[in-house]
Amino acid sequence: MTPAEKLQVEGCALRRGTADDAVGTLVPGYVARPADADALARIMAVSGRRGLTVVARGHGTAMDWGGVPRSADLVVDTGGLSWIDHIAGDLVVEVGAGTPVADLFAVLEAAGQRLSVDPVREGGTVGGMVATGVSGPRRLLTGALRDLVIGMTVVRADGVVARSGGRVVKNVAGYDLAKLHTGGLGTLGVIASVAFRLHPLPPALRVVTIPLASRGHAERITAALRATTVVPAAVELHWPSRLPPPPSTDASGATQPTRLPPPPSTDASGATQPTRLPPPPSTDASGATQPTRLPPPPPTDADRTAPAPPSPAVPHHGPCLRVVLEGTPEGLEARTATVLSVLRGAAPREGAAPPGPQVDRELPAGWGLLPSEGTVVRVSVPPAESAEAAEALGALAGRAHGTDAVVTGSVPRGALFVSFAPGAPAGAVADTVAGARSRPGWSATLLRAEPHVHAAGVDPWGEIPGLPLMRAVRDSFDPGRRLAPGRFADGA
Amino acid sequence: MTETAPATRTPAALAALVPVLRDICGEDGVLTDASRRRTYESDGLTHHRSVPGVVVLPTTAEQVAAVVRLCSDRGVPFVPRGAGTGLSAGALPHAEGVLVVTSRMRRIIEIDVDNECAVVEPGVANLDVTRAAAPHGYYYAPDPSSQQVCSVGGNVAENSGGAHCLKYGFTVNHVRGLDIVTPSGELVSLGGRSPDAPGYDLIGAFVGSEGTLGIATRITVNLTRAPQKTVTLLSAFTSMDAGGRAVSSVIAAGVLPSAMEMMDALAIEAAEKAVACDYPQGAAAVLVVELDGPAAEVDAQLAEVVRLCGEAGSFETRTASGPEERARIWKGRKSAFAAVGRISPAYIVQDGVVPRTALPEVLRRITELSESSGIRVANVFHAGDGNLHPLVLFDDTEPGAADRAEEVSGAILDLCIEHGGSITGEHGVGVDKACKMPRMYGPDDLATFDLFRRSFDPDGIANPDKLLPTPRLCGERPGVRRGVHPLVESGRADQF
Ligand SMILES: Cc1cc2nc3c(=O)[nH]c(=O)nc-3n(C[C@H](O)[C@H](O)[C@H](O)COP(=O)(O)OP(=O)(O)OC[C@H]3O[C@@H](n4cnc5c(N)ncnc54)[C@H](O)[C@@H]3O)c2cc1C
Repeated sequence: MTPAEKLQVEGCALRRGTADDAVGTLVPGYVARPADADALARIMAVSGRRGLTVVARGHGTAMDWGGVPRSADLVVDTGGLSWIDHIAGDLVVEVGAGTPVADLFAVLEAAGQRLSVDPVREGGTVGGMVATGVSGPRRLLTGALRDLVIGMTVVRADGVVARSGGRVVKNVAGYDLAKLHTGGLGTLGVIASVAFRLHPLPPALRVVTIPLASRGHAERITAALRATTVVPAAVELHWPSRLPPPPSTDASGATQPTRLPPPPSTDASGATQPTRLPPPPSTDASGATQPTRLPPPPPTDADRTAPAPPSPAVPHHGPCLRVVLEGTPEGLEARTATVLSVLRGAAPREGAAPPGPQVDRELPAGWGLLPSEGTVVRVSVPPAESAEAAEALGALAGRAHGTDAVVTGSVPRGALFVSFAPGAPAGAVADTVAGARSRPGWSATLLRAEPHVHAAGVDPWGEIPGLPLMRAVRDSFDPGRRLAPGRFADGA
Repeated sequence: MTETAPATRTPAALAALVPVLRDICGEDGVLTDASRRRTYESDGLTHHRSVPGVVVLPTTAEQVAAVVRLCSDRGVPFVPRGAGTGLSAGALPHAEGVLVVTSRMRRIIEIDVDNECAVVEPGVANLDVTRAAAPHGYYYAPDPSSQQVCSVGGNVAENSGGAHCLKYGFTVNHVRGLDIVTPSGELVSLGGRSPDAPGYDLIGAFVGSEGTLGIATRITVNLTRAPQKTVTLLSAFTSMDAGGRAVSSVIAAGVLPSAMEMMDALAIEAAEKAVACDYPQGAAAVLVVELDGPAAEVDAQLAEVVRLCGEAGSFETRTASGPEERARIWKGRKSAFAAVGRISPAYIVQDGVVPRTALPEVLRRITELSESSGIRVANVFHAGDGNLHPLVLFDDTEPGAADRAEEVSGAILDLCIEHGGSITGEHGVGVDKACKMPRMYGPDDLATFDLFRRSFDPDGIANPDKLLPTPRLCGERPGVRRGVHPLVESGRADQF
């Protein structure tokens, strides 16, 4: 038998790997595409018996997340596991891992429901979203992605299919193994399907965008907001490393605000001079949303039902804070007014006043998305230190190296992302990561690093508390360390 | 039932440990006296009993670690225990093991308003966290009805919920950091003030692990800003079906109440007798709905919920926003368990969950079961999330009644599983439901749970014989309770 024949299992298309399938620089020997969970189990069992290393892939939008896999004999494409079982009356959905996130969101939206998470990548599959496990800005009311997963079916490295949780929101029977796989980067098993709890789509929302004058200004606003009872869905910081960038001379970002421009050179090593980040998403001139200037006139009945009035987009490229409120139109009037009055009380004390806040009725284009290229460092800090961290990380990432970077993230959750322009020198990344790790209570991991950053030896994980336990878990689920070896800090 | 022979002496293997335990925990931190050990023989599920070999009462995480290390070295089992209010015999002691009680670890280490979290020792009572946070305008959201007594460590182990978990989630959604002593005696810090700890989400997997992965010695929990406004509504219906329709239409309208609770005629009758809660006359079902949040949102939602209850056929709806009026509405609901305890010599409480859409069907089937067996069943439940707490009533002096009640109770759990639900929504598996796990999960699922357990506890010394079925355990019967729970009787806990 040829090696390919040995991998042939029922219900699973098999082909040779090509350069397009490469995981980093590794071209897999084979790509398998199981048609369903049973076929997935069969191919996993067979590859387990043959001792092959396996990397799962959805749409391949995050193959470069985590550490660089050392080996990838077989890529398992989950695209065949695409199905949606929406039980609308229960506010629950179960989804095959290969289902496109966009399909899921469309089905739910049509039913007036949603999975309450802002994806951080465009495109991609549900399995990929869960395996990378990162939550976008709107996580203050309904929690992070991990809080929305109520059940999961996973195929273990040895091909055993294991289910935990279920299809009901309230359930404490058995260990919550789905928590381990959420954010597990596919190193503890291949996700076959996920059950989520859902929420109703809010009738309306408001986005208050507040240009920031300084770190102190940000801190005063967030402290004052905390004291209110307006219950925002998101308080999202946007803090570019260069303050302030020049006004809208940068046309490249206008149409694709969330994508960084491609690296200026084709040099695969990526060691090039940095490019500038585009302006923050909401302020682009694409006209997708029409911000209004505030303060608004006192609410009237007519005002409540009126569509968002058109007004010129006011670009500002400096740091800003976005407060998202969700609820009924009536409730939002009062809550928005509270936010605006808080802002007046927390006005900047230093320097020139930035432009006043804006209120929009829609989320800005590209909301919550991380740049699709370049290195991204995830930094977790005690929430009260978020603004301080943004300032410090921005300085480390940017000014010291002349690099462009932007710090974004949820202030009340201390969940920050430092996004470097493509080609940013490894030294800038290394300094940022080391700076963050030197602070007590802060952690920094490389969510995604460019090859030259990995090549320079920047440790993607640092010292993770509990690492020996994590390795023990890894060893029990994947004793041969065959699932994306090297992606997690598995100490090989 | 597990009733072990009365243990009077500490087993020999343990006797050798006692001097070392005294070195670790001090003289008064080790209980060997038979009568004192016996006070720990059960948790809240009182008919499972086993006198612990020895009891330790450590005061620090280091002491816990040293005790567990000793157990690990000697291959002696240990069982963690908080306040002992658990309802699945999860804290049932091991006759040849060490019971590690956290009741002397009761410090609230910090209320950190800036970071919206509290750092506490495991023995701290749930409600004490809210009490400490309240002056700052905050509270601790998970609110099991045992919250005056139950410990935060126990809540972590059981992933406890409360009446308000419909909107605010369970313990797991509120734990940011955990220090744990692993079954090998190592003290490990996971997470902390910063959410989103890097690496695998071990916090998420530890919560709900029922003491089988180690002992939580320090817990960082989220504090939640107290809502601007809270309104409670009581709506009465002439049938359970109509009440169920109201629940579905509220959910379908996109309203997320903080709590949505239902009682049937038998439960209402019992509550009226016990506490004269003065619910609308002639109600075959009452629905209690609580809404909270920004005042303007609550007002808008309230109007909607009142309208929907009317459309579903409610013949009376009362609303209350003051604390006293609200308490009056809750009184009947909160007293229901105790009240039912008073109208029946003995009863079994189930904790099954069904998908919300299956509620009407499952409730009808429960009625049929009750009618065909002649065993009365009172229904009191968390309607918003489909968590049933049917109380199966019987007279334990009547021959065969207990068996028939157990049959009905088991059939109810089967109904839950049949409808894609769960055998436990909040009380945990413990000893009580370990043998029911194979009804909900297949052998591979269970083997995978066990694989995970052994990655923490290769020697199987952490709360053995809990959570997963073992041959030794299974074949035994689920629990029967008599009268009112002592905690409820003494006014220290409500039961939902
Ligand atoms: C009247 C009444 C009402 C109740 N209402 C509710 C309710 O509304 N919602 C709900 O969810 N539950 C409820 N319960 C169940 C119970 O109160 C909860 O499960 C509670 O979390 C148990 O806490 P405890 O401190 O009493 O734990 P214990 O009973 O002492 O222990 C429970 C489990 O946790 C383990 N454990 C305890 N401490 C630790 C620790 N520090 N580290 C690791 N493991 C530990 C034990 O080994 C055991 O397995 C109720 C119980 C009663 C008696």
